[in-house]
Amino acid sequence: MTVRVVLPSHLRQLAHCDRELVVDAEATQRAVIDAIEQRYPALRGTIRDPATGRRRPFVRLFACGEDLSHESPDAALPSAVVDGSEPLRIVGAMAGG
Amino acid sequence: MGGVRVLVGTRKGAFILTSDEQRRDWRVDGPHFAGWEVYHVAGSPADPDRIWAAPSGGWFGQVIQRSDDGGRTWEAVGNDFSYASPAGEHQWYDGTLRPWEFARVWHLEPSPTDPDLVYAGIQDAALFRSVDGGVSWHELAGLREHGSGPQWQPGAGGMCLHTIVLHPTNPDRMTVAISAAGVFRTDDGGTSWRPINQGLLSDGIPSPAAEVGHCVHNLAMHPARPDTVYMQKHWDVMRSDDGGEHWREISGNLPSDFGFPIAVHAHEPDTVYVIPITSDSHHFPPEGKLRVYRSRTGGDKWEALTEGLPQQNCYVDVLRDAMAVDTLDDCGVYFGTTGGQVYGSADSGDTWQPIVRDLPPVLSVEVQTL
Repeated sequence: MTVRVVLPSHLRQLAHCDRELVVDAEATQRAVIDAIEQRYPALRGTIRDPATGRRRPFVRLFACGEDLSHESPDAALPSAVVDGSEPLRIVGAMAGG
Repeated sequence: MGGVRVLVGTRKGAFILTSDEQRRDWRVDGPHFAGWEVYHVAGSPADPDRIWAAPSGGWFGQVIQRSDDGGRTWEAVGNDFSYASPAGEHQWYDGTLRPWEFARVWHLEPSPTDPDLVYAGIQDAALFRSVDGGVSWHELAGLREHGSGPQWQPGAGGMCLHTIVLHPTNPDRMTVAISAAGVFRTDDGGTSWRPINQGLLSDGIPSPAAEVGHCVHNLAMHPARPDTVYMQKHWDVMRSDDGGEHWREISGNLPSDFGFPIAVHAHEPDTVYVIPITSDSHHFPPEGKLRVYRSRTGGDKWEALTEGLPQQNCYVDVLRDAMAVDTLDDCGVYFGTTGGQVYGSADSGDTWQPIVRDLPPVLSVEVQTL
Protein backbone atom coordinates (compact mmCIF):
# COMPACT_ATOMS: atom_id res chain seq x y z
CA MET A 1 0.00 0.00 0.00
CA THR A 2 1.04 3.63 -0.23
CA VAL A 3 1.43 6.04 2.69
CA ARG A 4 1.74 9.81 2.49
CA VAL A 5 4.50 11.23 4.67
CA VAL A 6 5.33 14.86 5.51
CA LEU A 7 8.98 15.50 6.38
CA PRO A 8 10.48 18.39 8.37
CA SER A 9 12.60 20.89 6.50
CA HIS A 10 15.99 19.67 7.77
CA LEU A 11 15.31 16.22 6.37
CA ARG A 12 13.89 17.52 3.10
CA GLN A 13 17.02 19.61 2.71
CA LEU A 14 19.25 16.62 3.30
CA ALA A 15 17.35 14.28 0.99
CA HIS A 16 16.62 16.89 -1.68
CA CYS A 17 12.99 15.82 -1.70
CA ASP A 18 9.55 17.41 -1.59
CA ARG A 19 7.70 18.25 1.60
CA GLU A 20 5.34 15.34 1.11
CA LEU A 21 6.39 11.88 -0.05
CA VAL A 22 4.43 8.82 -0.97
CA VAL A 23 6.10 5.55 -0.01
CA ASP A 24 5.14 1.94 -0.56
CA ALA A 25 4.99 0.35 2.86
CA GLU A 26 2.84 -1.48 5.34
CA ALA A 27 0.93 1.00 7.48
CA THR A 28 3.17 0.94 10.56
CA GLN A 29 5.72 3.47 11.76
CA ARG A 30 8.54 0.98 11.42
CA ALA A 31 7.66 -0.04 7.88
CA VAL A 32 7.18 3.55 6.73
CA ILE A 33 10.50 4.70 8.17
CA ASP A 34 12.19 1.64 6.71
CA ALA A 35 10.78 2.62 3.30
CA ILE A 36 11.91 6.24 3.69
CA GLU A 37 15.45 5.15 4.58
CA GLN A 38 15.50 2.70 1.68
CA ARG A 39 14.47 5.37 -0.80
CA TYR A 40 16.56 8.17 0.72
CA PRO A 41 19.78 6.74 2.19
CA ALA A 42 20.72 10.25 3.33
CA LEU A 43 17.99 9.95 5.96
CA ARG A 44 19.27 6.74 7.54
CA GLY A 45 19.69 7.28 11.24
CA THR A 46 18.07 10.72 11.27
CA ILE A 47 14.62 9.66 12.50
CA ARG A 48 15.79 6.64 14.50
CA ASP A 49 19.14 6.23 16.20
CA PRO A 50 21.13 3.84 13.97
CA ALA A 51 22.58 2.01 16.95
CA THR A 52 19.43 1.47 19.00
CA GLY A 53 16.70 1.76 16.36
CA ARG A 54 14.75 3.99 18.74
CA ARG A 55 13.02 7.19 17.67
CA ARG A 56 15.20 10.20 18.34
CA PRO A 57 14.01 12.12 21.40
CA PHE A 58 13.37 15.39 19.51
CA VAL A 59 11.51 13.68 16.65
CA ARG A 60 7.77 13.13 16.95
CA LEU A 61 5.22 11.41 14.73
CA PHE A 62 1.68 12.70 14.29
CA ALA A 63 -1.35 11.83 12.19
CA CYS A 64 -4.93 13.07 12.27
CA GLY A 65 -3.98 15.48 15.04
CA GLU A 66 -2.90 12.60 17.29
CA ASP A 67 0.59 12.13 18.73
CA LEU A 68 1.72 8.64 17.68
CA SER A 69 5.27 9.08 18.98
CA HIS A 70 4.81 6.72 21.89
CA GLU A 71 2.81 4.08 20.05
CA SER A 72 4.49 0.80 19.28
CA PRO A 73 6.48 1.11 16.03
CA ASP A 74 4.59 -1.94 14.82
CA ALA A 75 1.10 -0.68 15.68
CA ALA A 76 -1.22 -0.05 12.74
CA LEU A 77 -1.39 3.58 11.61
CA PRO A 78 -4.81 5.32 11.74
CA SER A 79 -7.31 4.39 9.05
CA ALA A 80 -7.16 7.88 7.55
CA VAL A 81 -3.45 7.33 6.89
CA VAL A 82 -4.18 3.90 5.48
CA ASP A 83 -6.80 5.24 3.06
CA GLY A 84 -4.56 8.15 2.05
CA SER A 85 -6.75 10.98 3.27
CA GLU A 86 -4.19 12.02 5.91
CA PRO A 87 -0.38 11.97 5.91
CA LEU A 88 1.93 10.70 8.61
CA ARG A 89 3.72 13.81 9.83
CA ILE A 90 7.33 13.52 11.03
CA VAL A 91 8.02 16.58 13.14
CA GLY A 92 11.14 18.01 14.79
CA ALA A 93 10.54 19.56 18.20
CA MET A 94 10.02 23.31 17.93
CA ALA A 95 13.03 25.38 18.93
CA GLY A 96 14.61 28.71 18.29
CA GLY A 97 12.50 31.38 19.83
CA MET B 1 43.92 22.75 -12.36
CA GLY B 2 46.02 24.61 -9.81
CA GLY B 3 44.79 26.58 -6.89
CA VAL B 4 43.16 25.88 -3.59
CA ARG B 5 39.85 24.75 -2.22
CA VAL B 6 39.03 25.89 1.32
CA LEU B 7 36.50 23.66 3.08
CA VAL B 8 34.54 25.48 5.75
CA GLY B 9 32.23 23.88 8.31
CA THR B 10 29.80 26.21 10.09
CA ARG B 11 26.92 26.12 12.55
CA LYS B 12 24.46 26.21 9.67
CA GLY B 13 26.06 24.34 6.80
CA ALA B 14 29.26 23.87 4.82
CA PHE B 15 30.86 26.21 2.31
CA ILE B 16 33.53 25.65 -0.30
CA LEU B 17 35.79 28.57 -1.24
CA THR B 18 37.82 28.16 -4.42
CA SER B 19 40.60 30.22 -5.96
CA ASP B 20 43.56 29.93 -8.31
CA GLU B 21 47.17 30.04 -7.19
CA GLN B 22 47.05 33.80 -6.81
CA ARG B 23 44.41 33.44 -4.09
CA ARG B 24 43.00 36.91 -4.69
CA ASP B 25 39.62 36.17 -6.25
CA TRP B 26 37.37 33.60 -4.65
CA ARG B 27 34.23 31.73 -5.53
CA VAL B 28 31.97 30.84 -2.62
CA ASP B 29 29.74 27.78 -2.97
CA GLY B 30 27.17 26.80 -0.38
CA PRO B 31 25.59 26.34 1.97
CA HIS B 32 25.76 22.61 1.61
CA PHE B 33 23.62 20.82 4.24
CA ALA B 34 21.98 24.14 5.09
CA GLY B 35 20.76 24.28 8.66
CA TRP B 36 23.01 21.45 9.84
CA GLU B 37 25.96 21.95 12.16
CA VAL B 38 29.01 20.88 10.21
CA TYR B 39 31.82 20.32 12.67
CA HIS B 40 34.27 19.25 9.98
CA VAL B 41 34.83 18.92 6.26
CA ALA B 42 37.99 17.18 5.05
CA GLY B 43 39.38 16.22 1.66
CA SER B 44 41.43 13.17 0.77
CA PRO B 45 45.06 14.04 -0.02
CA ALA B 46 45.12 10.88 -2.15
CA ASP B 47 42.13 11.96 -4.26
CA PRO B 48 41.27 15.67 -4.01
CA ASP B 49 37.86 15.10 -5.57
CA ARG B 50 36.89 13.03 -2.53
CA ILE B 51 35.62 15.06 0.40
CA TRP B 52 33.85 13.99 3.58
CA ALA B 53 31.55 16.16 5.66
CA ALA B 54 30.10 15.57 9.11
CA PRO B 55 26.73 17.36 9.46
CA SER B 56 24.95 16.84 12.75
CA GLY B 57 22.22 18.31 14.88
CA GLY B 58 20.39 17.82 18.14
CA TRP B 59 17.19 16.73 16.41
CA PHE B 60 18.28 14.37 13.68
CA GLY B 61 21.65 13.11 14.86
CA GLN B 62 24.78 12.54 12.86
CA VAL B 63 25.10 11.95 9.16
CA ILE B 64 28.24 11.59 7.08
CA GLN B 65 28.24 12.77 3.49
CA ARG B 66 30.85 12.14 0.82
CA SER B 67 31.53 13.89 -2.44
CA ASP B 68 33.53 12.32 -5.25
CA ASP B 69 33.46 15.38 -7.48
CA GLY B 70 35.14 18.03 -5.39
CA GLY B 71 32.05 19.04 -3.45
CA ARG B 72 29.56 19.57 -6.27
CA THR B 73 27.38 16.60 -5.36
CA TRP B 74 27.16 14.57 -2.17
CA GLU B 75 25.90 11.18 -1.12
CA ALA B 76 25.20 9.75 2.29
CA VAL B 77 27.62 7.14 3.62
CA GLY B 78 27.65 5.31 6.93
CA ASN B 79 26.62 7.00 10.16
CA ASP B 80 26.59 4.12 12.63
CA PHE B 81 29.22 4.93 15.25
CA SER B 82 28.34 2.20 17.71
CA TYR B 83 31.08 1.55 20.24
CA ALA B 84 32.79 -1.77 19.64
CA SER B 85 32.43 -2.94 23.23
CA PRO B 86 30.43 -2.02 26.33
CA ALA B 87 31.02 1.68 26.55
CA GLY B 88 31.71 2.02 30.27
CA GLU B 89 31.71 5.26 32.21
CA HIS B 90 33.76 8.43 32.38
CA GLN B 91 33.88 11.42 34.70
CA TRP B 92 31.15 14.01 34.42
CA TYR B 93 31.77 17.68 35.24
CA ASP B 94 30.64 17.16 38.83
CA GLY B 95 32.85 14.13 39.41
CA THR B 96 30.10 11.55 39.10
CA LEU B 97 30.37 8.79 36.54
CA ARG B 98 28.43 9.08 33.29
CA PRO B 99 27.95 6.39 30.62
CA TRP B 100 29.87 6.82 27.39
CA GLU B 101 27.40 7.95 24.76
CA PHE B 102 27.81 8.93 21.12
CA ALA B 103 27.01 12.59 20.50
CA ARG B 104 28.68 13.67 17.26
CA VAL B 105 31.68 13.46 14.98
CA TRP B 106 34.15 16.25 15.63
CA HIS B 107 36.91 15.49 13.18
CA LEU B 108 37.56 13.46 10.06
CA GLU B 109 41.15 12.61 9.13
CA PRO B 110 41.62 11.09 5.68
CA SER B 111 44.65 8.93 4.95
CA PRO B 112 47.40 10.71 3.02
CA THR B 113 47.73 7.74 0.65
CA ASP B 114 44.53 5.67 0.58
CA PRO B 115 41.34 7.42 -0.61
CA ASP B 116 39.14 4.79 1.06
CA LEU B 117 40.79 5.08 4.49
CA VAL B 118 39.49 7.74 6.84
CA TYR B 119 39.43 8.17 10.61
CA ALA B 120 36.77 9.88 12.71
CA GLY B 121 37.13 11.37 16.17
CA ILE B 122 33.88 11.46 18.08
CA GLN B 123 32.20 12.63 21.27
CA ASP B 124 32.09 10.83 23.73
CA ALA B 125 35.74 10.33 22.98
CA ALA B 126 36.62 7.44 20.71
CA LEU B 127 38.42 6.84 17.45
CA PHE B 128 36.76 5.15 14.48
CA ARG B 129 38.21 3.94 11.20
CA SER B 130 36.62 3.32 7.83
CA VAL B 131 38.45 1.36 5.14
CA ASP B 132 35.62 1.59 2.60
CA GLY B 133 35.34 5.29 2.01
CA GLY B 134 33.07 5.94 4.98
CA VAL B 135 30.44 3.31 4.22
CA SER B 136 31.13 1.47 7.48
CA TRP B 137 32.93 2.57 10.65
CA HIS B 138 34.70 0.48 13.27
CA GLU B 139 36.00 1.68 16.59
CA LEU B 140 39.66 1.29 17.54
CA ALA B 141 38.51 0.37 21.01
CA GLY B 142 41.99 -0.05 22.47
CA LEU B 143 42.09 3.71 23.00
CA ARG B 144 38.92 3.92 25.08
CA GLU B 145 39.80 0.70 26.89
CA HIS B 146 43.51 1.21 27.60
CA GLY B 147 42.81 1.97 31.27
CA SER B 148 42.62 5.69 31.97
CA GLY B 149 39.20 6.17 30.36
CA PRO B 150 37.23 6.30 33.63
CA GLN B 151 39.36 9.35 34.58
CA TRP B 152 38.56 11.29 31.40
CA GLN B 153 36.21 14.20 31.70
CA PRO B 154 34.54 16.56 29.25
CA GLY B 155 35.93 19.95 28.37
CA ALA B 156 33.49 22.82 27.93
CA GLY B 157 32.54 21.56 24.48
CA GLY B 158 32.03 17.96 25.53
CA MET B 159 34.33 14.96 25.89
CA CYS B 160 35.54 14.90 22.35
CA LEU B 161 38.34 13.34 20.35
CA HIS B 162 39.07 16.34 18.15
CA THR B 163 42.57 15.91 16.76
CA ILE B 164 44.06 13.01 14.81
CA VAL B 165 47.68 13.21 13.63
CA LEU B 166 48.78 10.46 11.25
CA HIS B 167 52.49 9.78 10.96
CA PRO B 168 53.54 10.52 7.37
CA THR B 169 55.59 7.35 6.83
CA ASN B 170 54.73 4.95 9.65
CA PRO B 171 51.08 3.88 9.36
CA ASP B 172 51.28 2.19 12.76
CA ARG B 173 51.79 5.49 14.58
CA MET B 174 48.86 7.79 15.28
CA THR B 175 48.52 10.53 17.84
CA VAL B 176 45.18 11.84 19.04
CA ALA B 177 44.03 14.51 21.45
CA ILE B 178 40.96 14.45 23.69
CA SER B 179 39.37 17.24 25.73
CA ALA B 180 39.83 17.03 28.61
CA ALA B 181 41.99 13.93 28.79
CA GLY B 182 45.17 14.74 26.88
CA VAL B 183 47.31 13.20 24.16
CA PHE B 184 47.43 9.48 23.37
CA ARG B 185 49.57 7.54 20.93
CA THR B 186 49.54 4.16 19.27
CA ASP B 187 52.55 2.52 17.64
CA ASP B 188 50.76 -0.60 16.47
CA GLY B 189 48.12 0.76 14.15
CA GLY B 190 45.56 1.51 16.81
CA THR B 191 45.47 -1.71 18.79
CA SER B 192 47.13 -0.41 21.93
CA TRP B 193 47.42 3.14 23.23
CA ARG B 194 49.08 5.07 26.02
CA PRO B 195 48.88 8.63 27.33
CA ILE B 196 51.79 10.90 26.39
CA ASN B 197 51.36 13.99 28.52
CA GLN B 198 54.67 14.26 30.36
CA GLY B 199 55.59 17.90 30.80
CA LEU B 200 52.07 19.27 30.60
CA LEU B 201 51.02 21.39 33.56
CA SER B 202 47.39 22.41 33.97
CA ASP B 203 46.57 24.58 36.96
CA GLY B 204 42.86 23.98 36.60
CA ILE B 205 42.96 20.29 37.48
CA PRO B 206 43.49 18.69 40.90
CA SER B 207 46.94 17.30 40.03
CA PRO B 208 48.54 19.76 37.60
CA ALA B 209 51.05 17.22 36.23
CA ALA B 210 48.63 14.30 36.09
CA GLU B 211 49.06 11.58 33.50
CA VAL B 212 45.60 12.36 32.07
CA GLY B 213 43.09 15.15 32.51
CA HIS B 214 44.69 17.90 30.41
CA CYS B 215 42.55 19.98 28.10
CA VAL B 216 44.61 19.77 24.94
CA HIS B 217 43.00 21.94 22.27
CA ASN B 218 44.91 21.06 19.12
CA LEU B 219 48.09 19.46 17.74
CA ALA B 220 50.12 20.16 14.61
CA MET B 221 53.01 18.38 12.94
CA HIS B 222 55.11 19.02 9.84
CA PRO B 223 55.37 15.86 7.73
CA ALA B 224 59.08 16.38 7.14
CA ARG B 225 59.76 16.36 10.88
CA PRO B 226 57.22 14.01 12.41
CA ASP B 227 58.91 13.73 15.80
CA THR B 228 58.23 17.40 16.43
CA VAL B 229 54.66 17.98 17.55
CA TYR B 230 53.23 21.36 18.48
CA MET B 231 50.33 21.78 20.88
CA GLN B 232 47.89 24.50 21.79
CA LYS B 233 46.71 23.52 25.25
CA HIS B 234 43.85 25.22 27.11
CA TRP B 235 46.57 27.43 28.51
CA ASP B 236 50.16 27.08 27.19
CA VAL B 237 51.64 26.49 23.78
CA MET B 238 53.82 23.38 23.94
CA ARG B 239 56.29 21.44 21.83
CA SER B 240 57.66 17.92 21.80
CA ASP B 241 60.69 16.75 19.82
CA ASP B 242 60.32 13.07 20.62
CA GLY B 243 56.92 12.27 19.21
CA GLY B 244 55.07 13.45 22.28
CA GLU B 245 57.05 11.58 24.95
CA HIS B 246 58.04 14.85 26.60
CA TRP B 247 56.64 18.34 26.24
CA ARG B 248 58.07 21.78 26.95
CA GLU B 249 56.41 25.16 26.93
CA ILE B 250 57.12 27.54 24.03
CA SER B 251 54.59 30.28 24.83
CA GLY B 252 57.39 32.88 25.07
CA ASN B 253 56.19 36.43 24.41
CA LEU B 254 52.61 35.63 23.36
CA PRO B 255 50.10 38.15 24.76
CA SER B 256 48.02 35.17 25.93
CA ASP B 257 48.90 31.52 25.69
CA PHE B 258 45.25 30.48 25.72
CA GLY B 259 43.87 29.59 22.31
CA PHE B 260 42.46 26.84 20.17
CA PRO B 261 44.12 26.12 16.80
CA ILE B 262 47.79 25.68 15.98
CA ALA B 263 49.31 25.16 12.53
CA VAL B 264 52.73 24.65 10.95
CA HIS B 265 53.95 26.31 7.74
CA ALA B 266 53.87 23.93 4.78
CA HIS B 267 57.56 24.32 3.94
CA GLU B 268 59.19 25.52 7.17
CA PRO B 269 58.89 23.04 10.04
CA ASP B 270 60.01 25.69 12.53
CA THR B 271 57.35 28.21 11.50
CA VAL B 272 54.29 27.89 13.69
CA TYR B 273 51.02 29.84 13.91
CA VAL B 274 48.67 30.39 16.85
CA ILE B 275 45.81 32.81 17.48
CA PRO B 276 45.87 34.01 21.10
CA ILE B 277 42.55 34.28 22.89
CA THR B 278 42.22 36.24 26.12
CA SER B 279 41.21 33.46 28.51
CA ASP B 280 38.96 30.48 29.05
CA SER B 281 36.15 32.80 30.12
CA HIS B 282 36.93 35.59 27.64
CA HIS B 283 36.75 33.80 24.31
CA PHE B 284 37.92 36.75 22.22
CA PRO B 285 41.29 38.20 21.23
CA PRO B 286 43.28 40.25 23.73
CA GLU B 287 42.53 43.99 23.50
CA GLY B 288 39.93 43.39 20.80
CA LYS B 289 42.73 42.95 18.22
CA LEU B 290 42.59 39.90 15.98
CA ARG B 291 46.21 38.85 15.66
CA VAL B 292 47.79 35.71 14.32
CA TYR B 293 51.13 35.07 15.97
CA ARG B 294 53.93 33.45 14.02
CA SER B 295 57.11 31.95 15.36
CA ARG B 296 59.93 31.23 12.93
CA THR B 297 62.02 29.65 15.66
CA GLY B 298 59.78 26.74 16.55
CA GLY B 299 58.28 28.68 19.45
CA ASP B 300 59.34 31.00 22.27
CA LYS B 301 59.76 34.05 19.99
CA TRP B 302 56.52 35.21 18.38
CA GLU B 303 55.59 38.09 16.09
CA ALA B 304 52.12 39.55 15.66
CA LEU B 305 50.65 39.39 12.16
CA THR B 306 48.04 42.12 11.84
CA GLU B 307 47.97 43.53 8.31
CA GLY B 308 44.46 43.12 6.98
CA LEU B 309 43.02 41.90 10.29
CA PRO B 310 40.74 44.04 12.49
CA GLN B 311 42.76 45.79 15.18
CA GLN B 312 39.95 47.29 17.19
CA ASN B 313 36.59 46.17 18.55
CA CYS B 314 37.04 42.57 17.45
CA TYR B 315 35.51 40.03 19.82
CA VAL B 316 35.27 36.84 17.79
CA ASP B 317 36.77 33.46 18.64
CA VAL B 318 38.72 31.05 16.44
CA LEU B 319 37.94 27.41 17.20
CA ARG B 320 40.35 24.51 17.31
CA ASP B 321 39.82 23.11 13.82
CA ALA B 322 39.44 26.48 12.15
CA MET B 323 42.99 27.15 10.89
CA ALA B 324 44.83 25.43 8.07
CA VAL B 325 47.64 25.96 5.55
CA ASP B 326 47.95 25.20 1.85
CA THR B 327 51.09 23.79 0.23
CA LEU B 328 51.62 26.26 -2.60
CA ASP B 329 55.15 27.65 -2.95
CA ASP B 330 54.22 30.75 -1.00
CA CYS B 331 52.37 29.05 1.82
CA GLY B 332 48.78 30.16 2.32
CA VAL B 333 47.28 30.36 5.80
CA TYR B 334 43.54 30.42 6.50
CA PHE B 335 41.30 30.72 9.52
CA GLY B 336 37.63 31.19 10.28
CA THR B 337 35.94 32.98 13.16
CA THR B 338 32.82 32.60 15.21
CA GLY B 339 31.75 35.88 13.60
CA GLY B 340 31.54 34.17 10.22
CA GLN B 341 34.67 35.60 8.61
CA VAL B 342 37.18 33.45 6.79
CA TYR B 343 40.54 35.18 6.41
CA GLY B 344 43.29 34.09 4.08
CA SER B 345 46.92 35.00 3.62
CA ALA B 346 48.81 34.11 0.45
CA ASP B 347 52.18 35.15 1.87
CA SER B 348 52.73 33.01 4.95
CA GLY B 349 50.74 35.36 7.14
CA ASP B 350 52.38 38.70 6.30
CA THR B 351 49.11 40.12 4.92
CA TRP B 352 45.50 38.98 5.20
CA GLN B 353 42.24 39.49 3.39
CA PRO B 354 38.73 38.37 4.24
CA ILE B 355 37.65 35.75 1.73
CA VAL B 356 34.10 35.91 3.00
CA ARG B 357 32.71 37.96 5.87
CA ASP B 358 29.23 36.89 6.81
CA LEU B 359 29.00 33.13 7.11
CA PRO B 360 27.42 31.44 10.13
CA PRO B 361 29.89 30.87 12.99
CA VAL B 362 32.82 28.93 11.57
CA LEU B 363 33.59 25.58 13.20
CA SER B 364 36.33 24.28 10.91
CA VAL B 365 38.60 25.25 8.05
CA GLU B 366 40.60 22.83 5.93
CA VAL B 367 42.50 23.44 2.71
CA GLN B 368 43.08 21.33 -0.36
CA THR B 369 45.91 22.36 -2.66
CA LEU B 370 44.76 21.33 -6.12
